[in-house]
Amino acid sequence: MGIVSPGFTGRRGGGTDLPPGQYLTHEFPVLSAGPTPHILTDHWEFTVTTETGEKYKWDWAALTALPAEEITKDIHCVTRWSKLQTTWKGVSLDTLLADVETGADFAMAHSYGGYTTNLPLEDLLDGQSWIAYEYDGEPLHAEHGGPARLLVPHLYFWKSAKWVRGLVLSDSEDLGFWETAGYHEYGDPWKEQRYAGD
Amino acid sequence: MSWQVATVADVRRETETARTIVLDVPDWPGHLAGQHLDVRLTADDGYRASRSYSIASAWDGSDGSTIELTVEQVPDGEVSPYLVDVLKVGDPLEIRGPVGGWFVWKPEQEGPVQLIGGGSGVVPLRAMLRAHAVAGTTPVRLLYSVRRPESVIYVSDLKELASSDDVDVRLVYTREAPAGEPRVGRIDAELIEQYAFKPEDGATTYVCGPTPFVETVADLLVAAGHDPARVRTERFGPTGGPR
Amino acid sequence: MSDYLDGNAAAGALSELFAVDLTAAIAQCNGCGQTTVFAESRLYVDAPGMIARCAGCDTVLLRVVTTPTNTYLDLRGLTYLRVPNS
Repeated sequence: MGIVSPGFTGRRGGGTDLPPGQYLTHEFPVLSAGPTPHILTDHWEFTVTTETGEKYKWDWAALTALPAEEITKDIHCVTRWSKLQTTWKGVSLDTLLADVETGADFAMAHSYGGYTTNLPLEDLLDGQSWIAYEYDGEPLHAEHGGPARLLVPHLYFWKSAKWVRGLVLSDSEDLGFWETAGYHEYGDPWKEQRYAGD
Repeated sequence: MSWQVATVADVRRETETARTIVLDVPDWPGHLAGQHLDVRLTADDGYRASRSYSIASAWDGSDGSTIELTVEQVPDGEVSPYLVDVLKVGDPLEIRGPVGGWFVWKPEQEGPVQLIGGGSGVVPLRAMLRAHAVAGTTPVRLLYSVRRPESVIYVSDLKELASSDDVDVRLVYTREAPAGEPRVGRIDAELIEQYAFKPEDGATTYVCGPTPFVETVADLLVAAGHDPARVRTERFGPTGGPR
Repeated sequence: MSDYLDGNAAAGALSELFAVDLTAAIAQCNGCGQTTVFAESRLYVDAPGMIARCAGCDTVLLRVVTTPTNTYLDLRGLTYLRVPNS
């Protein structure tokens, strides 16, 4: 049990269109759990591995040759900032996974630098997620996850893995980097699923 | 160690953006110069934010339960603006500490002491100088990098400490120097060569400041031949900690 | 930009869990085998939790996440922590 700090409100007071407990920012805060990987697009590769071990690969030229979409979405970080109407360009996971043979229910996103995060496969489909390589009309900066990051804006932003390098699909749900350290396995900001058990 | 409630006994403006907060902490166990503590703020709906701050005062047993923190306001910060502008005498403040056993100076430690601070990185170094004034017998040098004369924290204190034969204080101005001080610029290899102890003096060096400052100074020291094992660092970031 | 602090800064969170000060302990990284004082590891705090990485090879040595009800501690990157007997 603690006390209330007289006159302390925190950096909040976001408004009614924000998920509970979030505050609005116009900045784009950079969170980092480690050194920023600097991956040249020449060396970049994205691999989908299915539950049977089959691999599907795209290099940078193959990714950027696919039909891209302009995406405008609100994003919500579990550290409580939300940013509205962010604009991205990227390839829908529906496009990337269209020819992938799988019956898996779960996906683990893997990043350059070793980060992982888990998601139900269905949350990556039906226009809900992208491999994004432009932000605000510019190539995505390394500090924000460039050259390409996963974008899954309907979940807390830790699910939108920076520096994404692949997805591993499986029948059972494993937990990723933050999910094994007390964060929620799913992370719906509107249900305020911050921590395991929320 | 868990959280406990301290009471603000006094506040003192140090510069336009920094304030010293004197806390009365029941049953304070004492601390080593250089240790820090965590401060936790709680809003009325339960929202919390916590940060680490170095302890600015030394503890010699006679001060009883009083300690001092000096907080520099971070632009767009969440905790520091509250501590610098809102918190007032008589208010409660939750703290956890003292903690940290590495970036500390103990009077029984052998060899000279080199202190190098950038901005509010001088705070734990001031605690070391204070502790040294009471119990130290070895020479101490402080290199203190500030933007301009008005940014100096503990002005009168430093003047008093610098008048001791054991203590040498050198201020470095990075943006604007007072009249009579020709040098404006960051700490560089030449300055380290001129004002710091030599590698063969066997000094323990304490470097505290923003991450890029500490990085630069630690690299300069190692390049000048100082043993990395005798260089202790304490970096602080713009936010200073999660939640 | 290097946005990390020193392992020192984890002292408060670790003091919640351990009676001895682990930041002054000698730590061995199980990634590269480097042995240093834990205080000299690189601590990333601008994140949902606190992450200490080996200054030699960036292996995650330790993670601490504080939720409103629990503290999670992951020490998997440490081969050992050596603390002098008191």
